Amino acid sequence: MDFTLKTMAEYAAEGKSPEVLFWVGCAGSFDDRAKKITRAFCKILNKINVEFAVLGPEESCTGDPAKRAGNEFVFQMMALTNIEVLNAYDVKKIVTACPHCFNTLKNEYPNLGGNYEVIHHTQFLKQLMEEGRLKIEGGSFKGRKITFHDPCYLGRGNGEYEAPRMLLEKLDAELVEMKRCKTNGLCCGAGGAQMFKEPEKGAKDINVERTEEALSVKPNVIATGCPFCMTMMTDGVKHFDNTTVEVKDIAELLAEADDL
Amino acid sequence: MQYIDNIIFIIALIVGFRLFFKSLKEIYRNILLGRKIDRSDRPAERWATMGKVALGQSKMTKRPIAGILHIIVYVGFVIINLELLEIIIDGVFGTHRFLAGIFGNSFYNAFTATLEILALLVVLAVVVFFIRRNFYGVKRLTMKELFGWPKQDANWILIIEFALMAAFFTMNAADWSLQQKGAGEALGYYPVSSAVLGPLFGNFSEGALVILERGAWWFHFIGILFFMNYLYYSKHLHIIFAFPNTWFANLEKKGKFNNLASVTQEIKLMMDPNADPYAAAPEADPNAVPEKFGADDIFDLNQVQLLNAYSCTECGRCTAVCPANITGKKLSPRKIMMDTRDRLEEVGKNINKNGKFVDDGKKLIDDHIQREEIWACTTCNACVEACPVLIDPLSIIMEMRRFLVMEQSAAPQELNLMMTNVENNAAPWQYNQADRLKWASE
Ligand code: SF4
Ligand code: SF4
Repeated sequence: MDFTLKTMAEYAAEGKSPEVLFWVGCAGSFDDRAKKITRAFCKILNKINVEFAVLGPEESCTGDPAKRAGNEFVFQMMALTNIEVLNAYDVKKIVTACPHCFNTLKNEYPNLGGNYEVIHHTQFLKQLMEEGRLKIEGGSFKGRKITFHDPCYLGRGNGEYEAPRMLLEKLDAELVEMKRCKTNGLCCGAGGAQMFKEPEKGAKDINVERTEEALSVKPNVIATGCPFCMTMMTDGVKHFDNTTVEVKDIAELLAEADDL
Repeated sequence: MQYIDNIIFIIALIVGFRLFFKSLKEIYRNILLGRKIDRSDRPAERWATMGKVALGQSKMTKRPIAGILHIIVYVGFVIINLELLEIIIDGVFGTHRFLAGIFGNSFYNAFTATLEILALLVVLAVVVFFIRRNFYGVKRLTMKELFGWPKQDANWILIIEFALMAAFFTMNAADWSLQQKGAGEALGYYPVSSAVLGPLFGNFSEGALVILERGAWWFHFIGILFFMNYLYYSKHLHIIFAFPNTWFANLEKKGKFNNLASVTQEIKLMMDPNADPYAAAPEADPNAVPEKFGADDIFDLNQVQLLNAYSCTECGRCTAVCPANITGKKLSPRKIMMDTRDRLEEVGKNINKNGKFVDDGKKLIDDHIQREEIWACTTCNACVEACPVLIDPLSIIMEMRRFLVMEQSAAPQELNLMMTNVENNAAPWQYNQADRLKWASE
């Protein structure tokens, strides 16, 4: 491990509380590709001395996939358990790299007794940048083309289109937009619990359609801000046997810019 | 006998409006079949939304061609209906061009000229719409779900609008020709009809012109009454319902789904370590209807969702952006709305016939909407974003998923596996919760 990490329990044992709780999420904890995003984000926070903690084994699924599959019982079981833990630690501010966790924690927990300031990692990084704590040197990205795929639950679901773009612009790369972007963005195909099942019969898969569009603007990098989009776009790029285009989370790009 | 015209007119007017209000009452009754939902919060924001979206057409111009044409027809139609006011006064009191006396000559000239120009724009827009819809192959306007009545309906609306405008021009041109012959008082200014139809009518006798003018005037009037009553059977109901529909729209973030309060109670009880598992269940209210989760029929949808169904214009903007539909899956959010309205109408007719709803062995799910459609949705909210009148097809899909999962345990197998994992391992995959920090040491 090339970064330091403390859990909420450790902070509590010291009688302290961190600036922010990093909600890792199931994908970020267990999916091999998404774990890299998790680590990249930790490295950035480490480098600029942000005091943060994770829940570790005390974290559960937010319940998003169950809720969107229609299972309100399982969702609320998860939600109420998580809220109990979060409230016990008196958590105020949560950051997460998963728009699904972000949306659920931010919008659906308050009604169940969980009130926190919840932000997406791109929003947090943007805040840090504006406060002058995070400096982005984008030199190594000069001449590269990046296109950003809007995650539905960050964009349309919560109206955040600017934070990820602002960070990408700082990388000095050329930001090219797909025709379907921002409010018109096209889903990667994973939302609403689709990630966990085979798609219904159709002419093609949604991630193939989306990746085709992304590739058509001839980027070097397809940037994502969601571990599920990451999986879908990565599979899409493989589908087209493309070995030159990289799919990277914005946190990974920032860490790369800083040689972390 | 000199009042016979006025009497016929008044009778037609009363019959027309009574039929119209009867339809509205029926729709209102049908909407009340849904579950209650409180959408009376933030009234200022609601008025603003309605002003912007319904009155201001703010969502229409996202597709510029359709948007601009639509605004022309809309503005034209609203303003031309000011003329209805004059028709009614003239009809009831037997006056002729009553507003001329009120407005004064120059203002009345400007008024009639403006109407003529708007009417011309409406005609042009209607013709372009007709060609575009029937011969241009816009995908969302030629899809299977529109075959039959929806397609005919759309065309009928255009034809009726065209006919109404044609009558309007005929009436004006005949009146103008009479005025030229010195047979009528010179009232109003008619740049379009005098130039286009005027020359055709030049040789007509005074008698023929009077008949033509009266005929067109009556046609126009009866046509408007007819159109008003046609609305009930048509997707064109949106010209009225867009207003309440946008007022009652969901103002929350699109990603925020509602939490079922009944579930919360149950789970809190389950999780409460102090609860005595052997205690007798609390006295059940004998009149309580057992809680049903989600919706398999229109009765379980909320009233705003049913209002949504009546407000849908079948424009297909939702379907055109739906990732599932784009990639050839059966799901079409427009069809979800059309099916909901069809079922609602089916239930309404049942009530008309029997005095109350008598079980017809049918449901919204399966008889109208297939499970395959329901499971194809990615909950991406593209349809919600696209709808020009703020309809929320996704919320209906979600209620049906809730029904399938919580009432029928009928989710696709892989989803059952996912849900079991969440329940047992606190993650959608089969990993151990204790391993949640492994990523840090890899
Ligand atoms: S929310 Fe569902 S129905 Fe609506 S556009 Fe997305 S996938 Fe289609
Ligand atoms: S739901 Fe809205 S976008 Fe979809 S067809 Fe109806 S009016 Fe059009």
